[in-house]
Amino acid sequence: MLHIVNKSATERSTLDSCLRLATKGSAVLLIEDAVYAATKGSAAAAKIQAAQADLKIYALGPDLAARGMAGRVLDGVNVVDYGGFVDLVAEHSNCQSWL
Amino acid sequence: MQFGILINEGPYNHQASDSAYLFARTAIEKGHKVPRVFFYHDGVNNSTNKSEPPQDDRNVTQRWSKLAEEHGIDLVVCVAAALRRGIKDDILAPGFRISGLGQLVEMGIQYDRLVTFGD
Amino acid sequence: MSDMDMDDGSGVVKKFMFLNRKAPHGTVYALEGLEVVLITAAFDQDVSLVFTDDGVYQLMKGMDTKGIEVKDFSKTYRALEGYDIEKLYVDSTSLKARGLTEEDLIVDVTVLSDDEMKNLMAEQDVVISF
Repeated sequence: MLHIVNKSATERSTLDSCLRLATKGSAVLLIEDAVYAATKGSAAAAKIQAAQADLKIYALGPDLAARGMAGRVLDGVNVVDYGGFVDLVAEHSNCQSWL
Repeated sequence: MQFGILINEGPYNHQASDSAYLFARTAIEKGHKVPRVFFYHDGVNNSTNKSEPPQDDRNVTQRWSKLAEEHGIDLVVCVAAALRRGIKDDILAPGFRISGLGQLVEMGIQYDRLVTFGD
Repeated sequence: MSDMDMDDGSGVVKKFMFLNRKAPHGTVYALEGLEVVLITAAFDQDVSLVFTDDGVYQLMKGMDTKGIEVKDFSKTYRALEGYDIEKLYVDSTSLKARGLTEEDLIVDVTVLSDDEMKNLMAEQDVVISF
């Protein structure tokens, strides 16, 4: 399953809920304001790093770049463009947007 | 592959409609199909031809109309949500039509994936 | 076939999950989300309704919306059975985090652990979150 998170982890609990309920081996794509969680020194960085043991974490490059965060991405987070976003949706049998 | 897209927020206030547009355009460029986009909640506000953003800003509604015309996308606005918010047939931008929630359910049944963009 | 039945002609039955994560009244998502649930049931799909995070507040007993002059749609949850929507699930972690128990809720639900929630979600064809 592909989980899509779009809210800042320091504003809402969306990322926490997603990480709590995502099955091992599933993918999490951070888009829009959720991309801040995937950056070095952010309050959510430790959560993302811990989650990498069981989940594949992706972040949308254009959203990182738009926020001045492109150079601060945590090691092990896969940065994808919109083409990669489309591929992730196609590759997984279902997807869930954590609104 | 066929993708259905659900948009739950209006233009400009949220990034949802922008993200959905870029996703849809890219999916089509990659050879997938986006037969329908469904607009719900405040997402119905994407459909009005009354929107006039400043010259240096993107025109969210016109962008959807153009993509729909070029690729035959059915832009469906939920009737109940639209009427609540004052959206009627006579102010719809090209390519948009008002219909029922059944059109959303059909996307889930008939297409390979349903991707939601919202708040 | 009742008058409510709709058919897209494909005969396909998919597993639809509606994931309710937001409290009622503060925003319109709970109310308009419920409208989608009712329509989906009319298409004879396999519908699960899940309440997690602040979504569990949608099911509180004893809501009285007169003072805020908005529609009290909480009774609709009790009518869901009449639409053959019988799979109502509540996330145990979210309930506990809000000091609530099943007794506080307006309808009978199945309370799920994190692992049960994970498995239920993973087996769905379509997940719509409101």
